Amino acid sequence: MAHGPAKGIGRWLFTTNHKDIGTMYLWFSFAMFLLGGFFAMLIRAELFQPGMQIMRPEFFNQMTTMHGVVMVFGAIMPAFVGLANWMIPLQIGAPDMALPRMNNLSFWILPFAFAILASTLFMDGGGPNFGWTFYAPLSTTYAPPSVNYFVFAMHIMGASSIMGSINIIATVLNMRAPGMTLMKMPMFVWTWLITAFLLVAVMPVLAGAVTMVLMDANFGTSFFDAAGGGDPVLFQHVFWFFGHPEVYIVILPAFGVVSAIIPTFSRKPLFGYSSMVYATAAIAFLSFIVWAHHMFTVGMPLTGELYFMYATMLIAVPTGVKVFNWISTMFKGALSFETPMLFAIAFVILFTIGGFTGLMLAIAPSDIQYHDTYFVVAHFHYVMVAGAVFSGTAAVYYWLPKWCGRMYNETMGKLQFWIAFIGFNITFFPQHFLGLAGMPRRYADYSLQFADWNMVSSIGAFIYGAAQLLFLYNVIATIVAGEKVSEPKTWEGAEGLEWTVATPAPYHTFSTPPEVK
Amino acid sequence: MANKPVTLTLVKSLLGAAAMFLFAIFVMPPLYDVFCEVTGIGGKTGGRYEEDVAVAGVDTSRTVKVQFVATNNGEMDWVFKPTVYEVKVHPGEPTPVTFYAKNTTDRDMVGQAIPNVVPNNAAQHFLKTECFCFNSQPLAAGEEAELPLVFIVDRDLPPAVHTITLSYTLFDVTDRVAPGAVAKLD
Repeated sequence: MAHGPAKGIGRWLFTTNHKDIGTMYLWFSFAMFLLGGFFAMLIRAELFQPGMQIMRPEFFNQMTTMHGVVMVFGAIMPAFVGLANWMIPLQIGAPDMALPRMNNLSFWILPFAFAILASTLFMDGGGPNFGWTFYAPLSTTYAPPSVNYFVFAMHIMGASSIMGSINIIATVLNMRAPGMTLMKMPMFVWTWLITAFLLVAVMPVLAGAVTMVLMDANFGTSFFDAAGGGDPVLFQHVFWFFGHPEVYIVILPAFGVVSAIIPTFSRKPLFGYSSMVYATAAIAFLSFIVWAHHMFTVGMPLTGELYFMYATMLIAVPTGVKVFNWISTMFKGALSFETPMLFAIAFVILFTIGGFTGLMLAIAPSDIQYHDTYFVVAHFHYVMVAGAVFSGTAAVYYWLPKWCGRMYNETMGKLQFWIAFIGFNITFFPQHFLGLAGMPRRYADYSLQFADWNMVSSIGAFIYGAAQLLFLYNVIATIVAGEKVSEPKTWEGAEGLEWTVATPAPYHTFSTPPEVK
Repeated sequence: MANKPVTLTLVKSLLGAAAMFLFAIFVMPPLYDVFCEVTGIGGKTGGRYEEDVAVAGVDTSRTVKVQFVATNNGEMDWVFKPTVYEVKVHPGEPTPVTFYAKNTTDRDMVGQAIPNVVPNNAAQHFLKTECFCFNSQPLAAGEEAELPLVFIVDRDLPPAVHTITLSYTLFDVTDRVAPGAVAKLD
């Protein structure tokens, strides 16, 4: 049998072990989650009352930008790549990822990318202040000098994501255990395979967009400058051609996690497995042809607005299939409500709310009212936070006993869930009202009529932030002093290859491939 | 690990990623321009119109109102306005008009006007045989100029269009053009 982990820091620097790299991805993403969360706390503190309290408006703009970039590219995406690294080889019966050295590289360039990004906050002129969508000309003509560092950091993040997803594609397509046909793969593997294809297709488009921004800002090209024959609207088309698939990149692995957890705690197999696979593929395909619904107010012709409106609404069909399947899985199941299940059920409810507000935003004539208001902010936090972050939290509680051989404290887990659930809704539900009442996003100040709900929202944000510190405490307490567990199957209803290996999962698993019947 | 299927997947994926990068930079922008020019979306007008219009003749049965708007972009300090704000024309008839520009600053500058036509479905029927917007406009400090434009409203203009608004936005491109362009003023 092969050797165990190397000693000292070298284990982490030079490791090619999928479990080590998965662990590093997860810790890194949690650090970024706390950093992005800290920015969010500053934003909500400033918005606690009308008027300027604790920061200048320029700094507020940097905070909204950095919060978005750090959360999307630093917290959510690496968290799911970490889960993929840990779980995909275990779930398909592979000894490791297909390209272990590239795996090491794709992780280790990430800390440099975010060090570069964070350092812009200390530069002359400040960090990027143009929003995470970096629309031209805000990111070209009017950008702070640090835009070049922003572009470079984005390039590195993109390279990391592309390498990570190529690794996942190569692993899933080539390393499955004998008998593990594509249609026998767990949903988490399926959703990640499709996500990886999306990433390979659109991260290069993001790289292209930031490259064109770099050229416009420094080298006198005019891709996005009307004075030289370009068009700022082109930027929005290129960006959202990346950006819309990107939101599914963030949510599809979350679907996979929830599709693993709900059957376990319902003690029933997943309802409608194959329709789940086809729905995921359909969502991925549709994500490429709906991008301009983010730009209903740029002055599109009526036919364009109608097309993008109907195409967007079409996405509700496969998404509805998924929600239906999750609920049908629970229907007449022997349900129990451990922490992962609570997060998964909250995911289904809150993600559906976010989906419905998405449908409201898809209606082009109404979107002209909702566009760039807090209604949009509420919508995408319902799908990103209650969607991606809740499912990531559920995944950690669900697989943590398998990873470290220790059980978390159920009471503390449930306490974190309820604080997070209540805090989240206090934060973001009132933002629907603010948006419908006309409060625009990305401003450091607001009119007096918005004061009450903003204060409520800020209080909720502090509660939700506290829940994350409790999460950190729970994870550390489990690793250090959790009750030891050793049976391979942590949860009685759990199915799948990952529950056939020893607990805690040994450093090397499936050195001889398992037989899948 | 020289595993052939894995290498093949790796190479295919990398080629796919590289292709998407090149697609974003070298295909999407030109494609967007062509799309806008063909459909007139965004009010983009074509370049210099070279054909002989006398052949088709003037459609005197129809009169179209053409309005002119001039806007300064950002911190462009010039005075910039049309000399007439509205003309009535027949489709097929070449019409000369002028715009007025004055560099009110104390430095030599170069301006560039970018046209836009509303409604969008009139954009590709608004033909310019001569336009100051085809070139950038260098003006010395305090200098003023009459900027010429000759346009023809196409006879194929959709019947529902009775009014066309031509808008110019004037950009300061002093920093973008070669330094020689300003120096030549002397």
